[in-house]
Amino acid sequence: MTTSTQPRGRPEAIRAVPVRHPGRWLAAAVIAVLVAMAVNTLVYNPRFNWPEQFQYLFAPPVLTAVVNTIWLTAAAMVGGTVFGVVLALMRMSPNPILRAASWFYLWVFRGTPLYTQLLIWGAIGALFPTVSLGIPFGPEFVTWQTQALISAAIAASVGLILNEAAYMAEIVRAGILSVDRGQHEASGALGMTRMQTMRRIVLPQAMRVIIPPTGNETIAMLKNTSLVAAIPFYELTFAAQNIYARTYQVIPMLIMAVLWYLALSSILMIGQYYLERHYGRSERTPTVARDQAGE
Amino acid sequence: MSDFMVKAEQVHKSFGRLEVLKGIDLQVSPSEVMCVVGPSGSGKSTFLRCINHLEKIDAGRLYVDGELVGYRQRGDKLHELHEKEVAAQRREIGMVFQRFNLFPHMTAVENIMEAPVQVRRESKAEVRQRAGELLDRVGLADKATAYPGQLSGGQQQRVAIARALAMRPKLMLFDEPTSALDPELVGEVLEVMKQLARDGMTMIVVTHEMGFAREVGDSLVFMDDGIVVESGNPREVLADPKHDRTKAFLSKVL
Repeated sequence: MTTSTQPRGRPEAIRAVPVRHPGRWLAAAVIAVLVAMAVNTLVYNPRFNWPEQFQYLFAPPVLTAVVNTIWLTAAAMVGGTVFGVVLALMRMSPNPILRAASWFYLWVFRGTPLYTQLLIWGAIGALFPTVSLGIPFGPEFVTWQTQALISAAIAASVGLILNEAAYMAEIVRAGILSVDRGQHEASGALGMTRMQTMRRIVLPQAMRVIIPPTGNETIAMLKNTSLVAAIPFYELTFAAQNIYARTYQVIPMLIMAVLWYLALSSILMIGQYYLERHYGRSERTPTVARDQAGE
Repeated sequence: MSDFMVKAEQVHKSFGRLEVLKGIDLQVSPSEVMCVVGPSGSGKSTFLRCINHLEKIDAGRLYVDGELVGYRQRGDKLHELHEKEVAAQRREIGMVFQRFNLFPHMTAVENIMEAPVQVRRESKAEVRQRAGELLDRVGLADKATAYPGQLSGGQQQRVAIARALAMRPKLMLFDEPTSALDPELVGEVLEVMKQLARDGMTMIVVTHEMGFAREVGDSLVFMDDGIVVESGNPREVLADPKHDRTKAFLSKVL
């Protein structure tokens, strides 16, 4: 705004005819009809059997399954992240054997379907009937029956953790690589070891890159837990199947599972929103202009 | 204490097929301020990085305070030092980078405290007090809790100098410390470095600031194409360069 315009006063506000958007009206009409149809079927199609659904929504067997789904998701993500960090560090190690081992692991676990992996974990007793503690190729001190030692819960968590670790390894590696090389050099020049540099300098900075895809992985994991029915382990989808095998209410029970998954993933999405806001906040980005303006 | 703080004998360094250092010989005495100048790509930064083993040398010998850098000599065989031993050598050498390389997730005072606490395992209270004194010394006592992103380039570089000094190094390396700064911020960093030189710190400074070299430097080394072309008293070399390459370079920068 220059001062020369002041004496002449403010010109009259523009009142132009807005551009018409007939496409928007058409799209709105189509969507409105589809929504009306959907509402109509939800309300008047008796085969949704809402009363039966609500009866089972908070029934003890369903709640047990929901709790199992939640802790399985949490265990898989925590375990997968910890092991994923180890794999990422191995992948970037100067030791060629560790690098190769990590690469091979990722090749196997990312190159095969999770469902197939879980089926194998469910049948692991067929491959190794007993588990022993001892010296490799030497004497064995203690021996267990695999079936007794590895419960469905353990097989389910191990299967999900090992698979998730392969994906988390790549996410962690991308995060570590996003940190400027100068940070490694600066901490190295101060006499810090590689492990100290990683723990104190690099990983905290890598978090900004690691957090958002990890949130997506968590939401994906919530849904992937439905695959452990392959083992079989009792979680939400398996519970729904259990009930409709008895009652023949297939759709109502599956819709009930859908409602639970939506509720849980909504909670996760809200958590992800706040986490990202926390790690994306501006205290670490340049605010020189603001700082100088304030002084 | 050995006669020389830094002694280089026929130091060679290649990156792949590119030979960057082609036999560097030089000595730096304790409390000496040596300025290294030369065109970009002449190998001066690489040489500086070799001194604290950020780069491995391919041939020759490099000593800091009488100790071989990065290797141990047993008989006529060299043994690579373990990572921890290299880290121990680096503790004694401070380094200041062109791009500051402060830790962006830590405040100024946390940047300074990090290495003494994590590496030397000194008590936090003691280090915090020393960090405060160092910030005061570089004129930033009021910026202790500022994050690097909230500081100007000149302020960041002064924090970086304080961070290096917190380890009480016997040698300070400066890799073009003012090259990434806006012109009006160069002076404040050079002032801190001058004070440091006056306090008797041994310094090797790769720089384009000829005024600083003339005023503060005890010696000046002109490097070009991986060798030391000319060296001597900075005032004499800058006023009356003997070598054609030195003359050509100085005519461009002075």
